[in-house]
Amino acid sequence: MIQLLFIFFAALAVGSAINVLIQKHVLYSALSLILMLTAMSVLFILLRADFLAVINVIVYAGAIMVLFTFVIMLLNLPADEDGADRLRWLKFIGIPLGLFLLFLIAVTLWNVEPLRTAQTPMVGSPQAIGKSLFNDYLLPFEATSLLILIALVGAVVFAKKDL
Amino acid sequence: MIPITWYLLLSAVLFLIGVLGFFLKRNIIALLLSVEIMLNAVNLTFVAFSSQQSQISGQIFVFFVLVVAAAEAAVGLALVIAMFRNRESLNVDRSNLLKW
Repeated sequence: MIQLLFIFFAALAVGSAINVLIQKHVLYSALSLILMLTAMSVLFILLRADFLAVINVIVYAGAIMVLFTFVIMLLNLPADEDGADRLRWLKFIGIPLGLFLLFLIAVTLWNVEPLRTAQTPMVGSPQAIGKSLFNDYLLPFEATSLLILIALVGAVVFAKKDL
Repeated sequence: MIPITWYLLLSAVLFLIGVLGFFLKRNIIALLLSVEIMLNAVNLTFVAFSSQQSQISGQIFVFFVLVVAAAEAAVGLALVIAMFRNRESLNVDRSNLLKW
C-alpha cells in the first residue's frame, strides 16, 4: 500500500517536473511546478517528516510560487518565442550526456552500502524540529534572518526604476 | 517500508530534469523554475537520509534550504523585472552584453 502511494506520487512528481520543461508558456510551467511541490509534500509525509510537508506546501507552493505567478502575470509575457536556433543541435548532445549523468548517479546510488537503519522510527514533529532549531542551530537560524533582510533590501534595490 | 534507494533514485531523476531544464530553456523565469526543481530534489535526499538515520539534522537543513530558496526567488524575480524593463524580453540569449 505504502509502495503504491510512493510510486503514484513519485510518478506524479516526475511527470509534472517534465511538464514544467515542455510547456511553452511559463505560467503553465509554474502551475505544473506547484503540482510537483504537492507531490513532494506527500513523499515527505511518507518519510514521517510531517512538519516539513506542511511547510513545503505553505512556503513553497503558497508563498514562493505565488510570487512567481504574480511576476509572470505582471509582466504579461507572450508565449515562449523559440529563438534558440543556435542551440538546437546542442540538444542532441545534451540529452545523451544528461542520460549518461543519470546513469552514473544511478550506478553510484545502487552501490551505496546499506547504512545504519533507524532503531526507533522518528517523526519530524514541529516540537522536535523546534527543539533542535533553537538549541543546536541557533546561530544559523539567526543568520537566516539576516539573509532574508539582505534579500529584501536587494529585491527592492533591483526592482526600483531609478536608484 | 520503502527502501531509501528509491527515494535517492527519484531525487536523482528530479535533479536531472532540473539540470536539463536549466540548460535547454531560454526563458529566464523557466531557468528559475528549474533551479527550484533542483532544490526540491536535494531536499528529498536530505529528508530521506534524515528519516533513515533517525536524525533531525537533515530536516533542519531542508528548513534552511527553504529559507535560501525564498530569498533566491525574491532577488531573482526582482532581477527579472529589471531585465524586462530594460530589454522588453526575457530571453537569456538576448542579454549578451557581458559576453566575451
